[in-house]
Amino acid sequence: MDLFLIVLKRDLKLAFRRWSELANPLLFFMIVTAMFPLALPPNTAQLQALGAGIPWIAALLSSLLALEALFRSDAEDGSMEQLLLSPAPLGSVVLAKVAAHWIVSGVPLLALVPAVALSFYLPVEALAVLVPALLLATPTISILVALGAALTVSLKSGASVIGLLVLPLCSPLLIFGARATDLAANGEATAGPLYLLASLAVLSVSLGPIAIAAALKVGLE
Amino acid sequence: MKLPVWFHKLGSPPYVYALAGKLSPWLGAIGCTLIAVGVFWGLVIAPPDYLQGDAARIIYIHPQTAYIGMQAYVVLAVAAGIGFIWRLKVAHAVAASAAPIGATFTFCALATGSIWGAPTWGTFWEWGDPRIMFELLLLFLFLGYMALRAAFDDREKADRVSAILGVVGVVNVPIIHYSVLWWNTLHQGPTIMQLGAPSMTTDMLIPFLITMFGFMFFFYWVLLDRLRAEIVEREQGARWLRELLAGSRP
Repeated sequence: MDLFLIVLKRDLKLAFRRWSELANPLLFFMIVTAMFPLALPPNTAQLQALGAGIPWIAALLSSLLALEALFRSDAEDGSMEQLLLSPAPLGSVVLAKVAAHWIVSGVPLLALVPAVALSFYLPVEALAVLVPALLLATPTISILVALGAALTVSLKSGASVIGLLVLPLCSPLLIFGARATDLAANGEATAGPLYLLASLAVLSVSLGPIAIAAALKVGLE
Repeated sequence: MKLPVWFHKLGSPPYVYALAGKLSPWLGAIGCTLIAVGVFWGLVIAPPDYLQGDAARIIYIHPQTAYIGMQAYVVLAVAAGIGFIWRLKVAHAVAASAAPIGATFTFCALATGSIWGAPTWGTFWEWGDPRIMFELLLLFLFLGYMALRAAFDDREKADRVSAILGVVGVVNVPIIHYSVLWWNTLHQGPTIMQLGAPSMTTDMLIPFLITMFGFMFFFYWVLLDRLRAEIVEREQGARWLRELLAGSRP
């Protein structure tokens, strides 16, 4: 637990000292959402029909960008190897790193999402579902992308492979998240998909670090 | 935990190479015969469906390819898991050989489904259909696995890294399956895999099962032949292989 907090603090400190890396995924999120009206017929009805899904796709893509290099700099400067050597379970170190990244990239996203959703004419009441749904889904997305980053940590150009590995695994989150948003926009009950998102979050946060730790060990041995 | 002797034997490349060589012609012969019999039975002897007519004869090919595709992913993941835990090279070779076959079967399931859908549903592709989406995602999982494997130069690392992906993937396959089932669908419900009496008449069920088993034998035939090729590639320079090629090994 000690090491968990130490790694968490260290990664948060590093992240806040590199503002550009922090801001890029958020900027990317805004740009992706702006691309949809350009590609689709920009009339109100059309955008309203698609509005529930657009924040989800943009959030998924921006987390892919944010976490793709999660372990790379640590692996390159050797600090990852030091963490591997430490007696603490690697899983908790991994969880700390993913948590730090989620705090700096996922949480600010939640602040941006309401503005984006409202611009796509999503009703204000639906925000009360969209934001919690993202809060439940982004930890799972972070874990899955971190797994992709760990699997490709020893590759020079892992970025192109990570999307192939991770996006199919993220499809249930898109389905449940967008469905919850859509149901909320139509004023229907949303407990079902939210519970499912919560259960996936529990599953991935508890088992994911083990798989990520195994992948890191193989990648760096 | 003490492992039985046959399990240790399966870890030896020369033993598995010889065993696969012995089994594969039998699997091939049985598989091809069953497919030929089942297809003839299904296309010529079995009655046309009262609702869909002759178009329904797709059930003698299409569900089989979809089922074998899923089975290939389970074989891949189990082999990868065994290879990761016990560090068996042969198990990793099985996983590596299963991936392209599974991808091909999954692609065939999508292709035959499209061909059937064009006259029956009036569209060859329907984004809203959960099973099309599931098969497509399964195909992406296979391709992602193969892409990850291909990205590594070091074969041993490729084995161990892709094994983790295979195991994580197989945990996710049911989740993906049930999450896509959430959509409204125009795909007909499961016909065979339900409790109680199957909703297919016997004269259609028999050829259905014959081609199902035929494809299964066919899959394991191709798997063993690919496995032999994979073992030869991995064991380049090994003494047993040189002796085998020189003919001095029985």
